[in-house]
Amino acid sequence: MNNNLIQYIFGIADNCLILGQRLGELCGHGPSLETDIALTNISLDLLGQTRSYYQYVAQLQGGDVTEDTVAFLRVENQYLNTLLVEQPNTDFGYSIARQFLFDVFHLLLLEELQNSKDENLSAIAKKSIKEVLYHKRFSSDWIKRLGDGTDESHSRIQTAINDLWIFTDELFHQTDADKAMVSQGIGVDVTLLKTKYYKEVSEILEEATLQTPQIEYFQKGGKQGIHSEHMGYILTELQYMQRTYPNMTW
Amino acid sequence: MTDELLHIDQKIIEILKTVSDPEIPVLSIVDMGVVRAAKMNDDVVEVQITPTYSGCPAMDVIGDDIISAFNQNGLKAKVELVLSPAWTTDWITAEGRKALEKYGIASPLSADADKEALLGNKKIVKCPQCGSLNTKLVSQFGSTACKALFQCDDCLEPFDYFKCLK
Repeated sequence: MNNNLIQYIFGIADNCLILGQRLGELCGHGPSLETDIALTNISLDLLGQTRSYYQYVAQLQGGDVTEDTVAFLRVENQYLNTLLVEQPNTDFGYSIARQFLFDVFHLLLLEELQNSKDENLSAIAKKSIKEVLYHKRFSSDWIKRLGDGTDESHSRIQTAINDLWIFTDELFHQTDADKAMVSQGIGVDVTLLKTKYYKEVSEILEEATLQTPQIEYFQKGGKQGIHSEHMGYILTELQYMQRTYPNMTW
Repeated sequence: MTDELLHIDQKIIEILKTVSDPEIPVLSIVDMGVVRAAKMNDDVVEVQITPTYSGCPAMDVIGDDIISAFNQNGLKAKVELVLSPAWTTDWITAEGRKALEKYGIASPLSADADKEALLGNKKIVKCPQCGSLNTKLVSQFGSTACKALFQCDDCLEPFDYFKCLK
């Protein structure tokens, strides 16, 4: 039973870790100082949320497990994040599109997770909602600014949205661990969030003078631990210190 | 949150008030509202603190500073991080808000006003330098996770605004 709970937590927490890591890559490389600071602030929030989830996992697993071993010492197929968050930064449009497509989902998820019967998950969700509201406001704002900006910004953000769209459906897939946790009142039934998600995303895209992609083909796999090629590179960087100098501490 | 509401012993509160947020040295952790409980248990002071933001890197330092402040007073202390109920800017005391303004950080507005300010719809954030309301949003995210960056169009000084978190 605990195992399902741990798998369920990974399904949420690993999204925060990997997206936080992706945003962290932009530290010192943002297109302007303000966006650089904003994106890394969001990264920091996500990593903070990750720590809360992993500390809980460490508590559940007991023994020598710590938040650090959970973050740094798993192998690729044990990370259960969706494919969306591991997509590369490519350009500012892609970073914003990825953030926007995730933020809308993230907020819907947390709004339900705060009612979880699991006190720890409920507390983390309540804390995170306050932060994610700011994330969503930031990314939606940029979607509108780029979409309703110049011809160049419009075409580039549209391209990014089109390219990343195929990863959105996976956000609403349920794993066996998800189903088990939903039945116990601990997990969120993500399938119920889907209609609301696409409606909200479409409304913001429309306001940004952008087209909502009409794509029927979707990619999936991350939630089962089957990742895109990008994941190996992310983990190589993320785990470098622990793999090179095992058990090193600050 | 006043001291009375938290039911913390006067002697313990005095020591806790000497510990400040390393990012905002003028503000004690008590005025910041991050101390949730503190009590003496078998010669050990047990302190519960809550993070302002999940990823706030100051929390580890604050935990260490609390332990060392009590040690300097000949007491042992243990610090526990609690997430629930989640911190809100409403817990910053009146004294704390004054200290923020004096330090050059605009204190948080109400939730509705905050939204208008951060969307750049209304000029309602007061410049802590000259008091003008003729200010503009530069970035929704500032020098730390809890702040946004503003600039005053009268005295031209940039300044931080402490974002409302409810």
